[in-house]
Amino acid sequence: MNMKEYSTQTKAVETETTVTLTVNGEPRQLRIPPNVVLLDALRDRLGLTGTKKGCDHGQCGACTVHIDGQAINSCLTLAVMCEGREVTTIEGLASDAGLHPVQQAFLENDAYQCGFCTPGQMMSASAMLEDERIGTDDAAVREAMSGNICRCGAYKNILAAIQTARGQMPTARKEGEVS
Amino acid sequence: MRSFAFSAAENVDQAIIACESNNAEASYIAGGTTLIDLVKLDVMRPERVIDLNRLPLKEVERLDDGRLRIGALVSNTDLAHHPLVTEHYPLLSQALLAGASTQLRNMATTAGNIMQRTRCPYFRDVAAACNKRDPGSGCDALGGINRMHALLGTSEHCIATHPSDMCVAMAALGATLTLEGPNGIREIAFGDFHRLPMDRPDLEHELEPNELITHITLDTPVVGGGSHYLKLRDRASYEFALASAAVVVAVEDGVIRDARLALGGVATKPWQAMEAEQALTGQPAKTESFEKAAEIALADALPREHNAFKVPLARQAILRALEKATQAAMNS
Ligand SMILES: Cc1cc2nc3c(=O)[nH]c(=O)nc-3n(C[C@H](O)[C@H](O)[C@H](O)COP(=O)(O)OP(=O)(O)OC[C@H]3O[C@@H](n4cnc5c(N)ncnc54)[C@H](O)[C@@H]3O)c2cc1C
Ligand code: SF4
Ligand code: FES
Ligand code: FES
Repeated sequence: MNMKEYSTQTKAVETETTVTLTVNGEPRQLRIPPNVVLLDALRDRLGLTGTKKGCDHGQCGACTVHIDGQAINSCLTLAVMCEGREVTTIEGLASDAGLHPVQQAFLENDAYQCGFCTPGQMMSASAMLEDERIGTDDAAVREAMSGNICRCGAYKNILAAIQTARGQMPTARKEGEVS
Repeated sequence: MRSFAFSAAENVDQAIIACESNNAEASYIAGGTTLIDLVKLDVMRPERVIDLNRLPLKEVERLDDGRLRIGALVSNTDLAHHPLVTEHYPLLSQALLAGASTQLRNMATTAGNIMQRTRCPYFRDVAAACNKRDPGSGCDALGGINRMHALLGTSEHCIATHPSDMCVAMAALGATLTLEGPNGIREIAFGDFHRLPMDRPDLEHELEPNELITHITLDTPVVGGGSHYLKLRDRASYEFALASAAVVVAVEDGVIRDARLALGGVATKPWQAMEAEQALTGQPAKTESFEKAAEIALADALPREHNAFKVPLARQAILRALEKATQAAMNS
């Protein structure tokens, strides 16, 4: 048979496995079956209910968290695939020094109505403001934020809040700055 | 969500053997944005899922012959912003950034994007008849709400569109896929990879069950070419195309020396409009030539009850993309 030689083979997890990851700076262990998504692991197993389930299919952004600094949809991410990774949720955005500039700016700009989309909006915004590949003007911000739907239509104030936060964040690129 | 066994492959050989060493239906996972979505809907039912993310396929590199080799696991975000892509293949960058959302592009991979499934609502609904999901069951889209469906490459068995934006740019640019399986490595032209639905819409591509895509290599860039990707949709962002056009043109003394044209949102696979490309070559870079090309590209369009509006929409996308690409070529 014209078969390749295989030296090793991976062991498949059939039922439950232990996943070790960092959540908001703390090492955490999860004992989970492979079909648990990160969103459910955070909410149901770690009690971190700030991350919201809107559509469960990548269509709304309510479940946005950071993995190794990048915004992703936790509803389409298997928790087993987060082994060794750093997850930040809305609960980890503020620091001992106080609210994150994005949180403060949402508060000051009244950038929400019901608040259900807000954690996801803030997680997308905080990642975007640190990403020098994304433009700084309003059009670029709206495009980069389009993965977060706001059913209440608070977009105008969300945009204002993000541009306000930009001014408060030492690491964010300023409007008009070119990369 | 149905349960499945899970393993993470450390290298390509492990991924191949993990996939074939078991009779159970196995599926690779990369970004998961297609797979997990469809497992939740019970449309895809893998018994084993094999994680590819540890494979060393995350590089974008220029080959000695000037082509660009992209690892299967490069994320859509990283590919869109890669300096070699923004400089030599701005069309690809534009198409990638026109797709999905920031979060999804951060997760989605190059090979996963090529392998993504249709967004046909009947395919996504296990209570509906769908030949793609359940061969021989019929096609509820034919007499249903087929507003999003295809005009080109359809059959009486399936009229679903291929939803990718990235693939439309690749069809225009020209590319080769490298596949690896138990019998070794082989290459296939991008245009030959996706199949037309014909009487087997469930067979979507030329990949064997235990093969995987390891690389996508883009043809050398068109010298002096200007390009444009135009995507028309129901809202300005985070929405699939109703019609899109990817164009590369090189113009010399007002005459088109080389033209590439591919369509999205209107066809059952990433659609290279070859006859239109030939008709453009050697013609003056003017509206009349563009109109002729659009006519040729859509000559075989077969509209259904709710998607006839896509014919003029696609025509407009072609015209505007050709105009923009020509301007870009003149300014380069
Ligand atoms: C809400 C939403 C909106 C979207 N909008 C757009 C849009 O506007 N435009 C657009 O183009 N796309 C859009 N997408 C689709 C998105 O681009 C795809 O889901 C994504 O590219 C798939 O890549 P992935 O790595 O996540 O694939 P996965 O889900 O990991 O895999 C998809 C399939 O590919 C197979 N696979 C993965 N890697 C390999 C490999 N190396 N070799 C062989 N098989 C492999 C898997 O087995 C699976 O069957 C959207 C998706 C969602 C959920
Ligand atoms: S168009 Fe294709 S995918 Fe949609 S229901 Fe018909 S067979 Fe299924
Ligand atoms: S819950 Fe994840 S995108 Fe809607
Ligand atoms: S504030 Fe209600 S959904 Fe955005």
